[in-house]
Amino acid sequence: MSTFAPAPGAAPVGRQLLTQAGMEARLMLRNGEQLLIAVVIPVIVLVGAVRGSEKVGLDLGGKPIDVLTPGVLALAVMSTAFTSLAIATGFERRYGVLKRLGTAPLSRATLLGGKVLALLVVEVFQFVVIGGVGLALGWSGPSGVVGVLGVVLAALCGTAAFAALGMLLAGSLRAEATLAAANLVYLLLLAGGAVVLPADQYGGLGDVVRWLPSGALGEAMRSACDGAIAVRDLVVLAAWAVAGSALTARTFKWE
Amino acid sequence: MRYGDTVAVDGLSLTVERGTITAVLGPNGAGKTTTLETCEGYRRPQAGTVRVLGLDPVRERRTLLPRIGVMLQSGGAWSGARADEMLHHFARLHAHPLDTGVLMERLALHECGRTPYRRLSGGQQQRLGLALALIGRPELVFVDEPTAGMDPQIRRAVWELLDELRHDGVTVVLTTHYLEEAERLADKVHIVDRGRLVASGTPLELTRGGTVATLRIVVTQPFPPGAPAALAAELGPGTELTELDPLSIQLSGPADSSTLATVAAWCAAHDVLPESLSLGQRNLEDVFLELTGRETLS
Repeated sequence: MSTFAPAPGAAPVGRQLLTQAGMEARLMLRNGEQLLIAVVIPVIVLVGAVRGSEKVGLDLGGKPIDVLTPGVLALAVMSTAFTSLAIATGFERRYGVLKRLGTAPLSRATLLGGKVLALLVVEVFQFVVIGGVGLALGWSGPSGVVGVLGVVLAALCGTAAFAALGMLLAGSLRAEATLAAANLVYLLLLAGGAVVLPADQYGGLGDVVRWLPSGALGEAMRSACDGAIAVRDLVVLAAWAVAGSALTARTFKWE
Repeated sequence: MRYGDTVAVDGLSLTVERGTITAVLGPNGAGKTTTLETCEGYRRPQAGTVRVLGLDPVRERRTLLPRIGVMLQSGGAWSGARADEMLHHFARLHAHPLDTGVLMERLALHECGRTPYRRLSGGQQQRLGLALALIGRPELVFVDEPTAGMDPQIRRAVWELLDELRHDGVTVVLTTHYLEEAERLADKVHIVDRGRLVASGTPLELTRGGTVATLRIVVTQPFPPGAPAALAAELGPGTELTELDPLSIQLSGPADSSTLATVAAWCAAHDVLPESLSLGQRNLEDVFLELTGRETLS
């Protein structure tokens, strides 16, 4: 019996893509720290901000829950596509996972495709949880078909922009530095990046922060929930995605 | 048809034949891993030519990758992934993978299949690495120190497996710092030092079929002046004397049944009482020491 008789060959790309995406999504959803940043923190932010703004009577230009839920959905995209992806990829580099995957018949495009698909799977899960909490607190949800389409477009463009930036970080810094930087940037953008709070709450700075990927994603998500597609913000996100990808392609170190 | 590879680390040139086990042996920093990584397409040689299965490992990597299996020296798994999950994952990336259950059992991994990678012992991680290299049914496998950190029983199981791979037509290129491993497994041994090939041959060729014996004498008091040289002269032409340190010498050369009598007479004449005296055939270790002048491997 020839157990090991050679029969080499790569699996079809479709199967590889699903395998890679499934593995990465499972690892993310199984990791306690990742779940904390993916779901627990956004839910705390949502509940806290709604209660807080009601208490101090903050004027957000609408019902607090309707303004804040889209912002928290944007925050969820940022936490997964940027922070989680950067940290996971940084440690994949550090522990030689990327090197080992490089010995499998898996192209870089399929590997990246798998990563993006995994991010989208995690985001669907986040949207179900955060949306559920929002609805329970009286959120009216995205208005109409255009609204739903707008949410999907915002999530896709936001994922592209933040994933490109996350990979840029992970491919150039050491794993520990990536961990620190990804969390720091996340906190800074959460506080001052117009993700959760609308850009017009930042006064004169509002026009500036809208050009940040965080502000653009937040605004795109809020517009979508109001039933409009914010073309300008989507274009800003696409531009960040293109610039980030180009830089990443030039600087990414696999080992 | 051209098979195998021609590798340049520093003018290093070697060819591997299909269906054989080739061992690359050398001290730390000799360039073993670099040589392997050049064959695997991780490194682009600054000069020279590398062909693996007739392909350029860098330019034609996509065509080459499905046909080779690579075992890295360490690491390479998600710390939270379970051993069986990791192996299944790699199986699904290939068209005709081996049965994961059978492979886990052969490598004694079935007991730790549900254990996350970070909790596996060093030896278990090594075996998983080997399993990942084999799962896609490659024609050629590169294994970097396959049995480092394994207990003797498991090491034997891995040797049997590598033997079976060769039997089934798989070509194996391994680096090792266990001379016993090279001596026992390899059809051909390449000894590499400082990026250069210093010797090549079958284990038998390298040890020259046992016509040369090695005599080691260790004493507690320094040798009387001139005594070692006198012994070398008495043992006849072709004997090489190496003074390993003030208290031990090594002589290698032709030996016959009178050799021990000569040594005994020399001890009496020079009033030398050996603490230990050993006479043996040259083995790969002696060859290795001679060629690289180093005591320790890896």
